[in-house]
Formats: sequence, C-alpha cells, structure tokens
Amino acid sequence: MRNTFINKLISAAEVNDNIVLVVGDLGYSVVEPFANRFPNRFFNAGVAEQNMMGLCAGLASEGFHVFVYSIANFPTFRCAEQIRNDVVYHNNNVTIVSVGGGLAYGNLGYSHHAIQDYALLRSMPGMLIASPGDPNEVNASITYLLQNPQPSYLRIGKAGEPNIHKGIPLVKPGKWIKILRGSNRKTLLCTGATMELALSWIKGSAKYADYSLYSLPLWGMQYKHMQAVQVMEWESVVTVEDHLVDGGFGSWMLESLINHSDLIARVSIKALDSIVCSMVGKQKMLNEAGGLIV
Amino acid sequence: MTIKLAARIRRSALQMVYSAKASHIGSALSIADIVAVLYGNIMKLDSLNPSNPTRDRFILSKGHACVALYAALADSCFFPLSDLETYGADHSKLMNHVSHSVPGVEFSTGSLGHGLPYGVGKALGARIKKLSWRTFVLLGDGEMDEGSNWEALMFAAHHRLDNLVAIIDYNKIQSMDTVSNTLGIEPLAEKINAFGCVVKEIDGHDHNQLINAFSSYSESKPLVIIAHTVKGKGVSFMENKVEWHYKNPDDTQLALALAELEELNA
Repeated sequence: MRNTFINKLISAAEVNDNIVLVVGDLGYSVVEPFANRFPNRFFNAGVAEQNMMGLCAGLASEGFHVFVYSIANFPTFRCAEQIRNDVVYHNNNVTIVSVGGGLAYGNLGYSHHAIQDYALLRSMPGMLIASPGDPNEVNASITYLLQNPQPSYLRIGKAGEPNIHKGIPLVKPGKWIKILRGSNRKTLLCTGATMELALSWIKGSAKYADYSLYSLPLWGMQYKHMQAVQVMEWESVVTVEDHLVDGGFGSWMLESLINHSDLIARVSIKALDSIVCSMVGKQKMLNEAGGLIV
Repeated sequence: MTIKLAARIRRSALQMVYSAKASHIGSALSIADIVAVLYGNIMKLDSLNPSNPTRDRFILSKGHACVALYAALADSCFFPLSDLETYGADHSKLMNHVSHSVPGVEFSTGSLGHGLPYGVGKALGARIKKLSWRTFVLLGDGEMDEGSNWEALMFAAHHRLDNLVAIIDYNKIQSMDTVSNTLGIEPLAEKINAFGCVVKEIDGHDHNQLINAFSSYSESKPLVIIAHTVKGKGVSFMENKVEWHYKNPDDTQLALALAELEELNA
C-alpha cells in the first residue's frame, strides 16, 4: 500500500503543481522518489509534529493539496489539536497519511499501535476517513481525494498487502463496495487492512463460508445517513476492523443506526479488545489475541 | 495617522468588551499600536476583496485580543463599524476569540501556539509560488511557553523564510501572573537569535519604531520583532494589572477609561 501511495502521488504531482508532500522525518526508502522528482514541493518538517500539521494547514490555505506523511500515531494524536482547529475547522485541503494502521508495527510496542485513530478522527465534523484495504483501494481513494478537496485521513498498512479487488474499484464515501457475493444474506463489512483477513475467514471457516464480503474505504461522520439503507439489505452485517471497539468503525456503524432500532441487532462487531494495548508482537498474533479470529 | 487609528481601536475595544461583558481588554490595549501600524501603514490590504491573492497576511495568534483586530478591520472598511456592536452576541460573527468567519480574518485562534506554524505554512506557500506578499503573525509573550512556536521558529529559520514576520507582544504579564513568575522566557532575544532569526527589540507603543522594524528586511532570515508593551496601555488603572486579563469595566470605569483616552489623544 505504501508504494502504491507514493507512485500514485508522484503521477498526480506531475500534472498538479499544487501537490506538496510533507513528512515528519519518516518515510525512509518510500518517499525519496517524490523528493527527488519534486524537491521544491517536498519538506521534511523534522520531529516536530505540531508545527508540521500547523504549517500543512497554512500551506493548504494558500491553495495547495498537502499530503502529510508519518507513521502510526505521530501525525494524529501528537498533533490532534492542530488537526481539529487548523485543518478541519478551516476546511483545509490536507490529507494526513498514516502508515502502519492497526497493529502493523506490533513489535514496536504501544507507542506504535494505531488502534484508536478512527476514534480521534471520526469525532471531527468534516473529516473524511479513507481506510483502504488493498493497493487498488489505495489508488481509488487517492483519486477521490484529489478530485474532492477536503480534510482527510488516509490510513494505510505497510507494504506487501495483496490486491484483492480485481481492478481499481469505484469508491464513494459511505458506499459499500462488493468484493465477494455469498449465498446467504449475511455479509462481512471490512475497512482498512483487515480485508485480507476477512476474506480468509470466508474462504477458510465454516462459520463465514456463505458470507459475502464488502468493504467501506471512505467514511466519516457526514456519511452515517447512508448506512441504514445498506444494512437493511442484510440479515446480518459483521463489521471488521483493526481498531479498538471503542470509537471504531463498528461503533460508528451502530451510531449511524441510532434511529433504526430494528436494524441495530443485525450488526455485530469484530474489532480489537483493549487487551492488546499491553501486548507486543507480530501483527498476526496481536490481531488474534485482540479477537480478530473466527 | 496611525496614532489616531490606535486611539480608535482602543476606544472600540473598550466599548466592545464593556457591552459584551467580555475579558481580555488588557491584551487588546497592549497590541493596539502594533495592529494600528500594520493596518494603517504597513500591510497591503483589500477590503473590497479580502481574499485578494496579493494581500499581506495577518494572523492574530493571541486570539483572545480579538477586539483590537475587529476594530482595525471595521475601521479599514472590511465590514461596517456598526457590526462591532454585535461582538459576543448570540450568532454574531464577532465571537470572543478571533474568527475566520469575519471578513479580513485569515485564521481562527483561541488555543495558543497555533498561529506561527500556520503562518510558516503561508510563508512557505508564497515561497513555493514565488509571490512577494508577506505574512505577519502576532503572538503573546505567555504564548511563547508553547513548544510549537519554537518548532515553527526552527523550521522558518532552516527554510530561510524572510517573508515571515513574527511580532511578540511582550507586555510581561500572562494569564495568572507575570511572565517571569510563571515560566521565565529570558533571555528572549538571545534565544530567538540563536534559533537563526533576525531579532529587533523595540517599544511596541512607538509608531516610528514599529514602522522602522516592519520595514526592515534581512535576506534569508525570518524577522522577529520583540515589542515591549504595557498590558492595558492607555488606561492608567488597567496598566500592568493581571486582573484586567479577565475583568470588564463597569459604567464608571468605562467613562473614566474613555476620558483618559480622549485626554491622551488630545
């Protein structure tokens, strides 16, 4: 996903002079092609995330589309108020790119576990969350963000994720995308890097064998009103995410059904238990320990 | 000319704070001369088209002193003077921290330490596009406690943003006590100089010194003006008093304050 991101950004910057990339002293061996190609539109803000996010908002206020890249919680929690006030409140066209969403950096410890980021960012009115599940969705999400200037949060995994969509899907905020159609009226609905995991449950377990698989890569507070009509199509919807239950994607889905009490019971949540906060290890082990198992 | 503008700003600020029973009059009186010189002499403005791309950008990072800026903008015809009477009222654009919904205001603040990084971004944007307008950011002295300002100074100096001017309103009093009793920032000029900026220390109520400082330019270096000021300047019983960070004048105090300003101006 990382490489798809940078290649896509370079292609876009070739034709759009207003694209700027700012990094928080991270992105070694990823961002260099952009930096070399566009040295006047690449800035390493150093290890100073508050200033980094503030200056990105200021740049965006002058007509730039700023992509600000760092890992895990550094471009989100460390500068949360700059995102809230400077970026979102002023509707500045800043795309916050966080690599290592979920437990991708599981071995690096709690500081690097990005499992509360949805909670923070989806509490901000006007913030679009883009949590693609495979490189094709990364590509589609960036296309959407380039065409629709707004504050956004692009959460991507690390590297090496397989393409699951056969081609680049058409993405629209709030709209579920079909990946696999099962034989019953039950579906998994994934967001973020859990797409491969959710697919493995359908292919490898009796419990989910007949389920469909959908993803929702673009979502946020302003798209809750689109959910009830989609949930209505199903007997059961199981949301899948690598984020804590609290403040996460499944919780967002339940909030979106707050005026549809008949639908709430159709939704169940597969998300991480807070037990993982005190654990260190590889992503797979932590996801399983946190409850992302059949 | 800017002396008279400063007097009008002080008068309007007092009236706004009085009517709205709002705080921060001491902070607004402290910056009245700085704002008057910027709006009356230094900055390129376009009140008919506040987003004119060639304008100079002004960011009030100490957003609690907003009445001084609102008064300067109304005086510069960005919106009718009568709008000032709505300050702090329900649904008014003129809320009690500076708001970008007001014509001419670039950036909403209220939480400290946000204005300088934002201004750095604007200055960087002008640099990338090779445009000649300047960015002015007005900060409080207490605000220099915020680490984000020092991050921003480092970045601005590293990237040689000579189109950026930061002004520190150094009135020596912050929210609860003096700056020196709270979290000392001296030697301020030496620190900022060591960060790679050009520093000018001036009397922040002397319009000639302000004009000279704003007109100076050093290639490849951001300019930081340390403006020595008096909190509550122009109203004797408000000067250098922590309490006027919060209090609003009653009828008698307002009349007394306006009379003192009249006398000062005469």
